[in-house]
Amino acid sequence: MHPILKLVAQRLALGLLLLLAVSLLIFLGTEALPGDVAQAILGQSATPEALANMREAMGLNEPAHVRYFDWLGGILTGDFGTALTNGQDIGQAIGQRLGNTLFLAACAAAISVPLAILLGLVAARYQGRWPDKVISGVTLSTISLPEFVAAYFVIFLLTQVIPIFQPVAMVFPGMGFWERLQAVALPVIVLVLVVLAHMMRMTRAAILNVMQSAYIETAELKGLSPMRVIWQHAFPNAIAPIVSVVVLNLAYLVVGVVVVEVVFGYNALGQYLVDHVAKRDLPVVQAVGLIFAAVYIGLNILADVIAIIANPRLRHPK
Amino acid sequence: MPELLEIRNLRIEATSYPPGEPPRDVVLVDDVSVSVAKGKVLGLIGESGAGKSTIGLSAMAYGRGGVRLTGGEIVLNGRDIRGLGAGGLRALRGREVTYVAQSAAAAFNPAKRLMEQVIETSVSHGMMGREEAEKRAVGLFRKLGLPNPETFGQRYPHQVSGGQLQRAMTAMALCPKPDLVIFDEPTTALDVTTQIDVLAAIKEAIRDTGVAALYITHDLAVVAQVADDILVLRHGKKVEYGAVGQVITAPREDYTRALVSVRSIEHVEKAEAPPLLSVQNVTARYKGTSFDVLKSVTVDLPAGQTLAVVGESGSGKSTLARAITGLLPPSTGRITFAGRSLSANLQSRSRDDLRELQMIYQMADTAMNPRQTVGTIIGRPLEFYFGMKGEEKRKRVQELLDEIEMGKGYIDRYPAELSGGQKQRVCIARALAAKPKLIICDEVTSALDPLVADGILKLLLELQAREGVAYLFITHDLATVRAIADRIAVMYRGQVVRYGSKTDVLTPPFDDYTDLLLSSVPEMRLGWLEEVLAHRKMESAGN
Amino acid sequence: MRIPFSALVGLVLTGLFVFCAVFAQVIAPYPVDAILGGVWESPSATHWLGTDTIGRDILSRMIYGGQITIFVALAASVLSFSLGSFLGFLAAVRGGWVDQGLSRMVDLMMAIPSLIVALVLLSVLPINLTVLIVVMGLLDSTRVFRLARAVAMDIAVMDYVEAAKLRGEGQGWIIFREILPNALSPLVAEFGLRFIFAVLFISTLSFLGLGIQPPLADWGGMVKENKDGLIYGKSAALMPALAIALLAISVNLVADWILSRTTSLKGGRGA
Repeated sequence: MHPILKLVAQRLALGLLLLLAVSLLIFLGTEALPGDVAQAILGQSATPEALANMREAMGLNEPAHVRYFDWLGGILTGDFGTALTNGQDIGQAIGQRLGNTLFLAACAAAISVPLAILLGLVAARYQGRWPDKVISGVTLSTISLPEFVAAYFVIFLLTQVIPIFQPVAMVFPGMGFWERLQAVALPVIVLVLVVLAHMMRMTRAAILNVMQSAYIETAELKGLSPMRVIWQHAFPNAIAPIVSVVVLNLAYLVVGVVVVEVVFGYNALGQYLVDHVAKRDLPVVQAVGLIFAAVYIGLNILADVIAIIANPRLRHPK
Repeated sequence: MPELLEIRNLRIEATSYPPGEPPRDVVLVDDVSVSVAKGKVLGLIGESGAGKSTIGLSAMAYGRGGVRLTGGEIVLNGRDIRGLGAGGLRALRGREVTYVAQSAAAAFNPAKRLMEQVIETSVSHGMMGREEAEKRAVGLFRKLGLPNPETFGQRYPHQVSGGQLQRAMTAMALCPKPDLVIFDEPTTALDVTTQIDVLAAIKEAIRDTGVAALYITHDLAVVAQVADDILVLRHGKKVEYGAVGQVITAPREDYTRALVSVRSIEHVEKAEAPPLLSVQNVTARYKGTSFDVLKSVTVDLPAGQTLAVVGESGSGKSTLARAITGLLPPSTGRITFAGRSLSANLQSRSRDDLRELQMIYQMADTAMNPRQTVGTIIGRPLEFYFGMKGEEKRKRVQELLDEIEMGKGYIDRYPAELSGGQKQRVCIARALAAKPKLIICDEVTSALDPLVADGILKLLLELQAREGVAYLFITHDLATVRAIADRIAVMYRGQVVRYGSKTDVLTPPFDDYTDLLLSSVPEMRLGWLEEVLAHRKMESAGN
Repeated sequence: MRIPFSALVGLVLTGLFVFCAVFAQVIAPYPVDAILGGVWESPSATHWLGTDTIGRDILSRMIYGGQITIFVALAASVLSFSLGSFLGFLAAVRGGWVDQGLSRMVDLMMAIPSLIVALVLLSVLPINLTVLIVVMGLLDSTRVFRLARAVAMDIAVMDYVEAAKLRGEGQGWIIFREILPNALSPLVAEFGLRFIFAVLFISTLSFLGLGIQPPLADWGGMVKENKDGLIYGKSAALMPALAIALLAISVNLVADWILSRTTSLKGGRGA
C-alpha cells in the first residue's frame, strides 16, 4: 500500500476511535457525575415518587454500560431518542435545524476564507509595514471580543446607526434561497468578523514561516523575481499549512455558531442546544453535543489528511 | 590581471534585540579588504561569529535578517554593486555570482524535483534553453560524481543523501556559468569520510570550469586544499591575509599559528596500569528500537589516565558515555568502576558512584542553568555530596575557581556574563567539586575557538597531573586525541574497531576503517588531498 | 527599562479595572439591586451611564459586575494554571506512562470545543460560582498543560538538567530549581491569555443564561438583560459589552509585551 494511503487510513481510524471516546466522555460526563440526574432535572423539591418515576422513564435503573451501548446503538441506527421536555423525536428536530446551522456556517465560510487568505497574504507581503500593522492591529482587537459582544456592536451599528438590517434572523421552511440569504446577512457578518481574525493571523504566520525557510533564500540568491519566488517556491510549500489553518478555523466557526444563533434568535442547532441545556433535557444535550463534537473532529481530521497529502516527502517516498 | 571582485574597507552592521533592552546596533564586519582574481579561490576562515558568511554574502549584496552594508565598496566586474537597484541585483545574483549553502538539505525546495531547481537560474535568466540547461546539468552531475547522472535530476531532495545533495547544490551553482561561486561551509555538515569526496569533487569542478570562488570554512586544513589565498577573520576583523602557502607554513599572527599548529601540547602516554573503569561486552539500544547502538563494547581505563573514544557521528561514542553514566542501561554486559560493579540504572547507584563519576558537556551554554550564579552552580555538588554550607562552601568554591584560573569576582556572576572558555571552565570546576575519580568529557573543546580550546586542554592535563583524575574523552578530532590521550578506542557503527595504547592505535598496519578515518582527516599541508586520492586510486587498482 | 506605549495603556487600564473590582463596595454610587428610575433612562448627572431594563443604575451594576466577572475569571485561571502547569511539568519530567496517560486525556478533552463540553456538563450540574469556576478551570487547564509540558520538555533535555540527574538530585529539585525558574516567563505571559479566555468564557456562559445567576450581576448577564433595548435604540447593552472588550484588549496588550520581552531575537533567519 502507498504510504500516504496508509497514513490517511491510520488518521481516519484514529478519528473514529476519538469519536468513540468522545461519545463515552459525553455519556459519562452527563450520567456519572456526582449527584443524581433525575434530581438535577426535577430540582431539589421533587417528591420521591416523581424521582422514582423519572428514573424509571430514563432507564436509570439499568447499569451504566448497558445504557451507554443502548444509546450509542440508537445513534448509530439514526435513533436519537425523544426529548424529555416535550416528547418530540430528537432526530427529526435535529434534521431541520442542522440544515439551518450548516447554511449559516457555509455562508460565513464562503466570505471569510478567501478574505482571510487575501489579507494574510497582504500582511505577510508587507510584513512590518503599514498594511501589516493595520491588519494585525484590527484583528488583534477583534480576537479579544467574544462572539456576542461583536454581535451587539454589529447590530447596533447596522440597525441603529446605519439602519440597513433587521436585528433578528428568522428563517422558516419554504423560504426562497435569496430570502434566506438576506435573513442571515447580519449573523454572517458577525461570524466572518469573529473567525476572520484568527484565520488571517494563522495564514500570515504560515506564509511567514515558509518565507523564512532556507530554500526561499536560495531562490532569492538565484536572482529570481519576487513573483517567481512566491509562486514557484513559497506557494507549493505554503498550501498545506494554509489549508489546515482554514479547516481548523472552520471547526472554530462551528462553535461560534452556537452563540450567534442565540443572539439573533436563529432557529438552528446551537439555539436548540442552549435551550435544552437550560431545561436540563439530557437526551437532547447528549445528541446535539455529540453532533457538534463529530463535526469538529471531522474537520480536524480533514486538516490532518490534507497536510499528509500535501507533504512531498510522503507523496514521493524514497 | 584585473580583479574580478574587490572588497574595500567593508563594514557591516546589524540590529540586535536583547530581551528586555532597547535594540542596539552591532558591528559584524569592520574594515575588511580583499580581492579575488578571475579563476582564483579565496578562503575565508574563522570561528562562528567571525563574520565570514556575512562577508561572503556581501559579494551578492545580500544581508540576512536585517544585516546592513554600512561602509566600504564591493566592486564586482568593475562596478560597485552596493549602488545597484533591485533589477540590477537580480541580474547579478544567479548570473554573475552563485551560492552554495552549508545545509543543502534545507536550501533545496522540498516540493520540486532537483533538475528543475538546478536549471532554474539559467532558464529564468534567459541564458540557455531548457534542453541545453538540462544537458549541462547532467554533465555537471557526472563531473561531480553523482550516481546515475541521466536520471538523478528526476528525484526530490529528500530522496538523496546529504553528500549527494551538497554536490547537487554545487551543480546548481555552476550551471549558469557564473564568474564567482560562494561556498559557505559546504562540507561542514558532512562526516569526515564523506567530506573528502565532496571536497575533491568541488575542487575538480572549480578547476575544470575555471570559475573563481570564495570558500568559507572554519577548518584551515580543508581550505588549504582548495584556496589560492586565505583571509583569517576573528570577531569581524582581519587577522591575517596572504597566499595559502605563506599562511599555513609561516603564519605571522598568534591566532593563525594556533590554527595551524592546532595543538601546542606535548603529551607522553603513560604506562599500562590496572583499570579504574572497565567496560565489558556492553550492548545497548534505545527504548522502542530494535537496533543495537552499542555492540559488545569492551574497553579499560586506568586510574589517572585518558582514554580517547574516536569516531564519526553515529558511531556510538556518545552512547557509550550514556551507558557508563547510567542514562542508558545496557541490555547486556557489565561495567566495573573503582573495583565495584556499577549498577546499570542511574536510579539505583550509590551516592559515591554518582560522585566519583562526573561529566562535562560539549555546549557549556546548555550545561549550566542560566538562572543560577557561578557560586550556586559550583556550590551545589559541595552541598549535595559533602553537606557544606555558608562560608565554608563559599570558600571552597573560590578555591575551585582559583584552580581553574578564574580568580576573584566571578562567584556571583551568571553564565550569560561569561565567555565561552570561562563557561567551560566553570563546568570543569563543577565536576571537580565532587572530587571525582573519572570525568567523562563529551566533545568538550569542539565548540570553542582553537586558542581557547588549547587553554582548556592544558588545564585538563594539569588537573590530571595534580588530582590524578581519569578522563574518558569523546571526540571526533584526531589532533586533540594526539594531544592528550594515553589510550584510544576507535568506534564505528556501535563497535570498537581498534583499541590500545595511543602509539599502537596510531601506528600502521591499520584495519580498513581506521585507515579510511585517519586518511580522511584533512592535514594542514598543501597537496594533501591529491596525495590521498592518488594513494586510494593506487590501492583500489592494486586490489 | 522602557515600557512601550501600548503596554503602558494596557497596564493602566488593567490596573483601573482591578482597582474598581477590589473596591466595588466603596466606589459604586448605588446598591447593585436598587430600582432607582425608569426603564432605560439616558445617561444623566444622577445616573452617569443611565438605567437598565428595570431601572437600576448601570454604572453601579457594571462596577459590581466587574467584581464578579474578574473574580470568577481569576479563580478559574488560577485553577487551570496551577493544575495545568503542575501536571505538564510532571508529564515532562516523568515521561513514560505518566506522560502518555495525561497527554491522551488532554487530547481527548481538546477534541471537543470547550463551550460544547461546558454546555453538556452544565446541563447536569447545579449552576453556582464553585461549579462554574471548577468547570472552566478544568477545561482550560488542558491548554496550560500542553504549553507547560512543551516548555518543560524543551528545558528537560538541556544538559544542565541531565547534569542534575547525574548528580543524583531528586524530582523536587529538578522541577522547582532547574525547570521552573526557566519556564516562568513564557508561563506568566500565558497566564494573561488564560485570564482573557476565562473572562470571555464566563461572559459567554452568562449571556447564554448558563453562567452567573441573579441576583449576582456580571457583564455577560448584563448584556443579556439589556439586549432588547438595542431594538429601541437604547445602548445600555453596549456598556458591559464595551467593558468586556476593553478588559480583554488591555490584558492582551500587557501579555503581548511580556511575551516579547522573553523571546530573545525577533525576525531574521538566524545564521
